[in-house]
Amino acid sequence: MHIVVCIKQVPDTKNVRIDPDTCTLVRQGVESIVNPHDWYAVEAALLVRDQYGGKVTVLTMGPPQAEEALRETLALGVDEAVLLSDRAFAGADTWATSLTLARAITKLGPVDLVICGKQAIDGDTAQVGPGLAAHLDQPYTTYARRLELVDGCQLRAERVTDAGYELIQMPLPAVVTVVREIGDPRMPGLKHKMRARKQEIPVLGAADLGLKPEEVGLQGSYTQVVRVFSPPPRCDRKMLNGSVEEQVEQLLNLLKEAKIPGL
Amino acid sequence: MDYFLTEEQQMIKEITAKIAKEKVRPVRAELDETEEFPWDIMKVLAQSDLFGVYLPEEYGGLGGGVLENCLAVEELGRECIGVATTYAASGLGAYPILLHGSEEQKQKYLPAIASGEKLAAFAVTEANAGSDAGGIQTTAQRDGDHYVLNGTKQWITNGGEAEVYTIIAITDRTKGARGASAFIVEKGDAGFSFGKKEQKMGIRASATRELLFNDCRIPADRLISREGTGFIVTMKTFDVSRPGIGALAVGLSQGALDIATEYSRKRVQFGKPIISFQAIQHILADMATETEAARALVYATARYIDSDAKDISKYSAMAKLFPTDVAMRVTTNAVQVLGGYGYMREYPVEKMMRDAKILQIYEGTNQIQRNIIGQELNKEYGRIKETFF
Repeated sequence: MHIVVCIKQVPDTKNVRIDPDTCTLVRQGVESIVNPHDWYAVEAALLVRDQYGGKVTVLTMGPPQAEEALRETLALGVDEAVLLSDRAFAGADTWATSLTLARAITKLGPVDLVICGKQAIDGDTAQVGPGLAAHLDQPYTTYARRLELVDGCQLRAERVTDAGYELIQMPLPAVVTVVREIGDPRMPGLKHKMRARKQEIPVLGAADLGLKPEEVGLQGSYTQVVRVFSPPPRCDRKMLNGSVEEQVEQLLNLLKEAKIPGL
Repeated sequence: MDYFLTEEQQMIKEITAKIAKEKVRPVRAELDETEEFPWDIMKVLAQSDLFGVYLPEEYGGLGGGVLENCLAVEELGRECIGVATTYAASGLGAYPILLHGSEEQKQKYLPAIASGEKLAAFAVTEANAGSDAGGIQTTAQRDGDHYVLNGTKQWITNGGEAEVYTIIAITDRTKGARGASAFIVEKGDAGFSFGKKEQKMGIRASATRELLFNDCRIPADRLISREGTGFIVTMKTFDVSRPGIGALAVGLSQGALDIATEYSRKRVQFGKPIISFQAIQHILADMATETEAARALVYATARYIDSDAKDISKYSAMAKLFPTDVAMRVTTNAVQVLGGYGYMREYPVEKMMRDAKILQIYEGTNQIQRNIIGQELNKEYGRIKETFF
């Protein structure tokens, strides 16, 4: 069982600013951390490995200093780490990012399971996981709180929904994103941390992955950040009271007053 | 201050600090209230390889020494010395085996202690044998290739929870101090059971129980070293373990200083944060100075012991005496700085003050430490022929 976990190094969002000219996050002088949701992906992978055997490789795309994020995961008992770093990767949107990661996973192959956090706290798109599945042409599910292997070739996942959870089963190889209910990330181990200090981390660039410059980074991106802004506070909120029937009646009248199409 | 720790020592500090902050701090008040044994935390410490920091690599440890043990103990103690005592007491139970055990005993017991799979405990104290270990009444009678133990040990940290116990019993009463011997007893040995769990003033997360020996038959190869070496084993064990009590005290003092200083910067009276008043500044200054002095003494002593020095008793006693007296003063002052809040259970410093008291009592009261230091001074100066006048 070879499990790949994709992580992202993100600015510690407790103290970030937006550059008013470029509308992007100002990363200078802000401490970088491993995206908090990704720790659950690492934990999920280690849980699967502990139960079924195999190895866990952690993968990230980022600047050279993202190596630190990889070493942090090695300290938890991750077996291997690979860094995708190339000036050409800069400015990638979720399409270019997931394409680059997918190529790397294919190169690492055969990979049975890819696990991601549910989203990154800087962009909050939650698109890279599903994007990976598309580029890899594999089944996927999102927001999993529990993973289980069936007959060694099927993944059964409990997918959290607003109302409860869905039980999803799909053939491997597959992609899954996980939520915090998967379990608290374990603490680093001293022996793992000592190994992590010395372990070699291969660095791959666009050419290593067989990707052309126009397929990666800003050039390979289909989306463009036009503007970043704080949404205005919501106003004119109205709380309805009374029995459910009365509230429905009031709501219907309000929607009619607002001339909502179809009413 | 930079104590020029190695990269490995720095890692021990970082990992233990992370566990202490994330796993101990959120539950310390509850553990204090319920007196529940912190098994969950012990498991995390085991998974993080922290039970073996002071044990040689050939027995599954990390090859560190007293300093490595002190660093881990200090960081845990910063959040809760009840939890830290539980961790440290396993080391106290392992030291007699490490220092005086046979190769077979080391192979058999140390790897499971190093991995944290089993906790250990050390048992000397009895109802009539506290500071005066000469009062020990538990006996070990040789019977063929077995020893038969009878008696009761009291106030044993990790009692009932540990799997491996090193105990001191009398093998020949006619020989006085040379009639005591050290043995390894395993939980589950026939005739070995546990008495009541004590309710304590502080370190309430730690378990303190009686050990009851009622015709407890153990194989003769459980004897550590030779018959008659029990007191030497005990003294040598305490010589290397006492800086660990100092480290508990340093951690506790630092934890109390952290809270008192943060509080002083936030608490406003007479229109100003109270840290702007010299009355408060001077208390905090003394707390910080004494804590740092205690830390420097503990680290220096630990390094000296780790250099395989022989004359360690005096320094080891100092490294227990001074930091623990400091911890009592620092935690008392932390309560004073927090005033009424400090006295309330809702704030962590009243527990710290209750916890601090045991540090001046266990592993030799501070009066006994002064005796050791005084006797060593007498011996040392007796050997010096020159005069200082």
